[in-house]
Amino acid sequence: MALRLGEIRLRRYPLGPGMILMWVLGALGMGVSVYRWIFGLGATTNLSDGRPWGLWISFDMMSGIGLAAGAFSVAAIVYIFNLKKFYPIARPSILTGFISYILASLTLLVDLSQPQRIWHLIIYWNIHSPLFEIGWCVMLYLTVLALEFSPVVFDALHWKVPLKIIRAIQIPLIIAGVTLSTMHQSTLGTMLTILPDKIHPLFYSPLFPLYFYVTAIAAGLAMVVFESFHSSRTYGYPFEIKMLASLVKAIPWILGGYFVVRMAELVITGKYLYLLQGGAPAFMFIVEMIFGVLIPIFFFSDSNTRNDAHGITWAAVFTIAGLIINRVNAALIFMSGAFYLPTWQELAVTVGLTCLGFIMFDAAVRFLPMFPEPTPKAIKRL
Amino acid sequence: MPINRRDFLKATGAGLGALALSAAPVKTASAKQNTDETGSMLYDSTICVGCRACQTACKLRAGLDPVVDSTGLYEMPHDLDSKTWTIIKLYKDDTSHSFVKNQCMHCIHPACVSVCPVGALEKLDSGPVIYHKERCIGCRYCMAACPFSVPKTEWEKPLPLIQKCDFCADRQANGEQPKCSEACPTGALIYGTRKAMLDTARVRLVGEGNYIQHIYGEKEAGGTSMLYISDLDFTKLGFPEQNDVSLPDITWPYMQGTLGVIGVMVTLSTAIYLRTHRKDKNGGNGNGSNGHNGDNGNNGGSNTPKGKEA
Repeated sequence: MALRLGEIRLRRYPLGPGMILMWVLGALGMGVSVYRWIFGLGATTNLSDGRPWGLWISFDMMSGIGLAAGAFSVAAIVYIFNLKKFYPIARPSILTGFISYILASLTLLVDLSQPQRIWHLIIYWNIHSPLFEIGWCVMLYLTVLALEFSPVVFDALHWKVPLKIIRAIQIPLIIAGVTLSTMHQSTLGTMLTILPDKIHPLFYSPLFPLYFYVTAIAAGLAMVVFESFHSSRTYGYPFEIKMLASLVKAIPWILGGYFVVRMAELVITGKYLYLLQGGAPAFMFIVEMIFGVLIPIFFFSDSNTRNDAHGITWAAVFTIAGLIINRVNAALIFMSGAFYLPTWQELAVTVGLTCLGFIMFDAAVRFLPMFPEPTPKAIKRL
Repeated sequence: MPINRRDFLKATGAGLGALALSAAPVKTASAKQNTDETGSMLYDSTICVGCRACQTACKLRAGLDPVVDSTGLYEMPHDLDSKTWTIIKLYKDDTSHSFVKNQCMHCIHPACVSVCPVGALEKLDSGPVIYHKERCIGCRYCMAACPFSVPKTEWEKPLPLIQKCDFCADRQANGEQPKCSEACPTGALIYGTRKAMLDTARVRLVGEGNYIQHIYGEKEAGGTSMLYISDLDFTKLGFPEQNDVSLPDITWPYMQGTLGVIGVMVTLSTAIYLRTHRKDKNGGNGNGSNGHNGDNGNNGGSNTPKGKEA
């Protein structure tokens, strides 16, 4: 019997030098990860007793999961709010989220001292631990994302029955995804609430869960814009500027609300005094607020910028950078502890995993019907 | 903190979950409320002569290798580490000096126990905070969360475990005192029930000597099993200034709120779904709903932020 792969076949998108570089860096990252598993964290990282969490936790885990929020946001917009016009971005957004969560899980495998025991999360419970909840949510949400994404594969294979089953449970799946995301995106913030004396007051907040959730949604939507831009540039797929401009209209409201609450907290708790004090914390706080919050609000609320391919992409990049700066400020730079700079191995793993994300996205586009078929015109444009 | 956590939870809708939970019995991460009879140690820095007998006794009992230099000679570690569960340090300035002993404080409400995702750390009712190494996944959350930065890990190993003082829990269970207090020749470190230790400390504070009128550990981080008295400021001895709050009590309300989040998100999503899809039936098909995009857009604008707060 011949293997029937349906629409699963190689689409001949041209291979650029960027993608080749991704493969090289991805391979380097994987190599360094293997080296780290054999020789341990001490031999490969600058982590120490005074600095148990470094780049992998603050950037790959905390920021990576935050940026994956586009998957549940867009799924909710399309399937719960029934805004069908956004349907074309649903598939790539869910794919981006799926990949981000795979990367976060891989990061955890690199960062854990006992990675071979990760399954202990399933059998040993501690409902008091935010990390326990995050672990479970990520496991369940990975499953949900796989199921949410599976119609693409079933569709390509022309498998009618599994497709029917998934379609039947689609709405409960989406609701489960929204709920699980709300839980763990905010619980990532809860994780840091137990460190009131270790995180600088400008960055510590009892409202961490709310802040983490809200900024994740804004940056998640920004990731959708960035991903669309990447797809259009790399695969010659038309940049759906009108649709995206409509999508990002929500961001100024979300980030605006966040900004107001965070400023109010600063004033009410008297923490603004730390701003007047100056120094690195005040400087980084202002950088975070101006570049990560105010500039995106300003850009996204301006109709001309929003409807300009470069304007909207730059605004998205600022929003994404804003979330990363926020997470790294709270979980690394302004968390008291020993001096720390990542080693080249830590950077290689981080860069490698990010490249692996692009490689997985690329593989999906090449082998699955993610976008319309490449046209000669689209290929010529590259 | 002007922004009360409870207010926050209520204001953001998770209060629903708290309501649902108030009926259910709440198990806390901490030991039983009455800590009077739990194991405890009192360290009096004015009596300690820095002989390090406690440090040596601990190494022998716990089977921790001495850290040697390249010529095989023993070197004093500078701080607690994976092979040093307790250490005597010396504070010295122009006018004064004092020894100080560091080890796990065995908090009454240990942050490490509450944050461990796999329950590898356990607070025994008798006082000690012990480590189940066979459970540990090595997330190092305990190291980050400990207000006294006590848990250390074996960085040099491929598969590191956490190392920290276990308060000789096995010896205490047999009615013996910990090795370190047993080894102390001067009585600077004594062992007993927490009530007895507090009483002894209070008697000493009002007696002779220039004691700082404070028992470090009585209230710090919600109270610890290790108690300290000294004639020097505790910050000089390297103790972090602590709010007298039990750290697990900060995160627990959020964790309880999780149930509220589930309830709110499932209800809200379902309600919005039913509302937005009612139009489909009237409109007949996809075009119908496209026609309502303007309305839906407005709905989305006002409903989305509500979802975010939950």
